[in-house]
Amino acid sequence: MARWGMVIDLDRCTACQACVVACQVENNVAPATADQAAAGRAISWLRLVPIQGEKHGTRPDLQLMPLPCMHCSHPPCIKVCPVKATTIDHEGLVAQVYPRCIGCRYCTTACPYTVRHFNWKKPEWPQPMEESLSPDVSVRPRGVVEKCSFCHHRLQKAKDRAHAEGRPLKEGDYLPACAESCPAEAIVFGDLDDSRSAVVRLSQSPRAFKLLEELGTEPKVTYLSKGEWGGQV
Amino acid sequence: MDKSELGQDIRLLRPIERTGRGFWIFTGILLAIGAWGVFAWFNQLRRGLAVTGLNVPVYWGLYITNFVFFIGISHAGTLISAILRLAHAEWRRSITRAAEVITVLVLFFGMACVILDLGRPDRVMNVIMHGNFSSPLLWDVCSVSLYLIASTIYLYLPLIPDIAILRDVLPRRQWLYRPLALGWTGTPRQHHLLERAISIMAIIVIPIAVSVHTVVSWVFAMTVQPMWHSTIFGPYFVVGAIFSGIAAILLAMAIIRKAYHLEDYLKPIHFNNLGLLLLVFSLLWFYFTFAEFLTTYYGGEPMHMAVFLSKTEGKFSPLFWTMFVTCFAIPFPLLANRRTRGTVWGCVVASLSVEVGMWLERFLIVVPSLSNPRLPLTAATYTPSWVEWSLFAAFVSIFMLLYAIFTKLFPIVSIWEIREGRESSVKEVSTRVESYLPGPVESAS
Ligand code: SF4
Ligand code: SF4
Repeated sequence: MARWGMVIDLDRCTACQACVVACQVENNVAPATADQAAAGRAISWLRLVPIQGEKHGTRPDLQLMPLPCMHCSHPPCIKVCPVKATTIDHEGLVAQVYPRCIGCRYCTTACPYTVRHFNWKKPEWPQPMEESLSPDVSVRPRGVVEKCSFCHHRLQKAKDRAHAEGRPLKEGDYLPACAESCPAEAIVFGDLDDSRSAVVRLSQSPRAFKLLEELGTEPKVTYLSKGEWGGQV
Repeated sequence: MDKSELGQDIRLLRPIERTGRGFWIFTGILLAIGAWGVFAWFNQLRRGLAVTGLNVPVYWGLYITNFVFFIGISHAGTLISAILRLAHAEWRRSITRAAEVITVLVLFFGMACVILDLGRPDRVMNVIMHGNFSSPLLWDVCSVSLYLIASTIYLYLPLIPDIAILRDVLPRRQWLYRPLALGWTGTPRQHHLLERAISIMAIIVIPIAVSVHTVVSWVFAMTVQPMWHSTIFGPYFVVGAIFSGIAAILLAMAIIRKAYHLEDYLKPIHFNNLGLLLLVFSLLWFYFTFAEFLTTYYGGEPMHMAVFLSKTEGKFSPLFWTMFVTCFAIPFPLLANRRTRGTVWGCVVASLSVEVGMWLERFLIVVPSLSNPRLPLTAATYTPSWVEWSLFAAFVSIFMLLYAIFTKLFPIVSIWEIREGRESSVKEVSTRVESYLPGPVESAS
């Protein structure tokens, strides 16, 4: 059984935000209107967040770090949901069940990474964009919570394709939109249970660290960096 | 029973029989505020939670603060009254009813606050259909419902003999009182059964009440967020709840006493005794707050310190220090001084101050922790919107309105318990005191 995980190499990341845009388009995340963005309510499954790092060579001390859902192995968000609207599946993906969520926002307050978003308003797209929504991802109604899904609809497609071709799923078949779009190849995705996969190799690197590991959430997203900023976050 | 038998206690029926102009004006104002709240609520239903001041990461604000606050107030009635009854505190007789009504009514508002806060109130039944028992919110649903049922029974039982009196003396409202009186005639057997039922309920409601606010605190404490994840939150919340609850009873008593001229029934001694209880709780509050903040400060973990500092010297510090003044610096001297504690105004000022302080405490638990998440992402600050304030005002008004209506339907001071006190307790108490003293034991009657 696969256990999907991601490695983000901060030393490669140029903070170009291609992943952010790819995610937004892939997952039908509506762009925030100006007033909502000003109110601090923009929805973004993957954000570049400013982190106070350590000055390192020519690197400035304020850095940007891509922050998706960590797909924790012990997710604090799931325990607290009163209606089981957020669940973890057997491949380790933490999913959100939009038609069941009552919008109590307990999961958003319990997630230590602040990666969950609430639909304060009905999502709206500017005219031409409305017609190019992805048919693979449901559009969320007002009043429910959403977050990064590791593009699990792509997993479904990859499985179908592999099945049709009569072969097992292989490395690279299933990639989230962010990993696919990163021009610096800073985002690597794969099976953490497959010892030959790139994610396993990279997460054994001495540069590897995880966010807020001390909380015991066991994130499945690993960061790589030469600097010491793992401890600073 | 007819009116002549009631003697001076006939006064207690006066609010039910006659309604003055003042009452209608009061009702009118409260209804207007309530109607404004309905308008605000429709606004929210139409436009969603975007009408609040909430944002990322401050996902919870005034509604959750009010939820904790209202559920806290509910500890006024049932819990205090049960403890006083079990302790045979004779001075309880004229205040238990007024206290118990607060509990039953305010619980509805506490629950309504959570529903207001939902993004999808239309799906609230999912909590029952797909309940996840590992969620503290579900524990809340269970314990609050249980508390509501238990306190309604506990309010109703001691009402029965009084409803029977009303049935006998007020022929106009037979349709209401006759079924509710359950055929009470006051036989010794009925009395015996009633007393038993009341004592059993009094014992049952105490653990339920304690569980209610413990579980409310766990909604916060079970997460790993800074300054929420604390083991003393359970008792800290219960103490705060009883603290704000006692203040609520004192305020209700002062208003009833003034509005219905019940100076003979709600005497300075009642205020004095409850004031003493409030004093004890203000000390307990101080103790818990001190313990909580010192632990955080001494540990000095950066994440926790961020929240700590935002409260003590950051942007929440004006609220924090107001909370300290209103929860402790004002009520403590007022209540510690026998001369001010023994007066109605002394208790009223202290209680008003405590209510403000306890509301601030709830706010300062909910909002600063959310404003300082572990991963510092947004610099958002939370300012509650007019919708949130309006709904808060409306809830308080409708609560007061329902309370006022209760006093127009049922005696707010228990008639039969006062009569019982007059007829039998005096003797009972002197026998009890005698039994404590050395000397030959007299017949144990
Ligand atoms: S990062 Fe947050 S939302 Fe994602 S699994 Fe962990 S706790 Fe849940
Ligand atoms: S907001 Fe939705 S997913 Fe989150 S805890 Fe509430 S019901 Fe569950």
